[in-house]
Amino acid sequence: MTPDTIDIRYVAKLARVALSDDEIERFSKELGELLGHVRALEELDTASVPATAQVVESRNVLREDVERPCLDREVVLEGAPQRQGGFFRVPRIIAQ
Amino acid sequence: MTAAEIARDVSAGRISAAEITASTLAQVDAVEGDVGAYLTALNDLARAYATRVDERISAGERLALAGVPIAVKDNMCLEGTRTTCGSKILEHWIAPYSATAVARLIQAGAIPIGKANCDEFAMGSSCENSALGVTRNPYDLSRVPGGSSGGSAAAVAASEAAIGLGSDTGGSIREPAAFCNLVGFKPTYGRISRYGLIAFASSLDQIGPLTRTVEDAALAYDLMAGYDPMDATSLNRPVGRTADSLRSDLTGLRVGLVREFDTKVLGERSDALYREAYRELERLGAELVEVSLPTADYGLATYYLIAPAECSSNLARFDGVRYGLRVEGNDVAAMYDNTRAAGFGAEVKRRILIGTYALSSGYYDAYYVRAQKARTLIGRDFARAFAQCDLIACPAASCPAFEFNAKSDPYSMYLMDYYTIPMSLAGVPALSVPCGWTVPEGGRLPMPLGLQLCAPLFGEQLLLGAAHAYERATNHASAHPPETGAVRS
Repeated sequence: MTPDTIDIRYVAKLARVALSDDEIERFSKELGELLGHVRALEELDTASVPATAQVVESRNVLREDVERPCLDREVVLEGAPQRQGGFFRVPRIIAQ
Repeated sequence: MTAAEIARDVSAGRISAAEITASTLAQVDAVEGDVGAYLTALNDLARAYATRVDERISAGERLALAGVPIAVKDNMCLEGTRTTCGSKILEHWIAPYSATAVARLIQAGAIPIGKANCDEFAMGSSCENSALGVTRNPYDLSRVPGGSSGGSAAAVAASEAAIGLGSDTGGSIREPAAFCNLVGFKPTYGRISRYGLIAFASSLDQIGPLTRTVEDAALAYDLMAGYDPMDATSLNRPVGRTADSLRSDLTGLRVGLVREFDTKVLGERSDALYREAYRELERLGAELVEVSLPTADYGLATYYLIAPAECSSNLARFDGVRYGLRVEGNDVAAMYDNTRAAGFGAEVKRRILIGTYALSSGYYDAYYVRAQKARTLIGRDFARAFAQCDLIACPAASCPAFEFNAKSDPYSMYLMDYYTIPMSLAGVPALSVPCGWTVPEGGRLPMPLGLQLCAPLFGEQLLLGAAHAYERATNHASAHPPETGAVRS
């Protein structure tokens, strides 16, 4: 574990959040400090330790592939910021 | 009145659900201007549910929560009501279905009074990260109620509900319970379905109750717990009824005190209260033994990689397409960027950024995987400790409720959950139970402290049973706090 400083602009692009110049300055500083704290984990010898993703016994929970009741399309679309007919409306993705 | 008392009286016909609801709504009217527990009032819905409960009682139905007013944290869906997560991005979103936990309580006769304020997407320890409202501690309005389930805690403390529903990812039920003199209970990971709980960190999130008494916590838990096919992570194993396991002493139990959690660091007054709490456990018949959680000190570092990593993934769904806010841009990417910039507050952005970074190419092993390995070590610590004791006792929070804006540095806020995060990482059940009052450094009014008790995985019956014995012996929960807080009921 070695960084450095966070390239906040790059991370924000990955995270799809636009940041103002003030936010870039502030988050760079705050997240740099936080990384300093989490770097304490380097003190632990974890070479032969397995990772824990979650703590209980469930594994690959499957269900029968059968139709089940679901929400009405109209009800779901009512929560959308923009719709067109029976669809979510999004900005043009493929150039003309 | 406690939830159990209300349910008994309504079931016996001594009072109607409609009357309980009317008096609760009157209390909300009287104190809400000061407390601000709710983001959305559900007066009409509450009255309609109360009528329905009275009809069901008249028809001879037995309802475990007949007429019990509840506060629902606003990260849980209740069909037809606004569900905001305390965020601008969901400010106007109406839930199209109900969370299983909420639906089970309502089915048992509970009356939803309102949707309770919380830190945005449950990220915070004071409720100050809510984008939509300010909630104050009913015992001192200049102080925070804790968080992230601060609205649910304040509502119960100010008698605006008898049960508050909360969610706990790293302490978000236990810390506000401690700050508001309540019982706050986080069950074993997977015990209660999260269907309809808007996800923050899915390997940690767990729903639980905030109540005035352990009996009420048991009542709510017994109804909510159990397998739900709608949540693939809910445990498909039998749930022992906790209401039948409440004890009056601790004879035969070994209670572990954690060597690394020396309460001297909390200051003289808090130290004295916790020592007295441990002595009380001993007087009740428990044998106190020292245990060690050597990796617990790494809990915060572990948590502040794992939780943000999971949050950055979970919150990717808020993209301006399917629900909530949309802010237009020149192309679809700009629309995403602008929507999330306008919709999320500073703490949520901070965590999305740190999580995205920890998961990004080149850093994944160094941060995320290393944290998952540390998590294994923390789990092993608990397993070793529980080979030597039945329960662990320690503080629930690092200090009593603090004043607004007292923790402006993010890391100082994260430290609030120092004592609760290890249990979340290990998945074990834990609760906070009131353990006395202290005037905080520089403060004027006495504020409550919480004792945290913790049991091995699936040990809810033992945990609530023991907490009940402690609560009965000490009576901190029902005792009125010394002198002039802002809200008395």
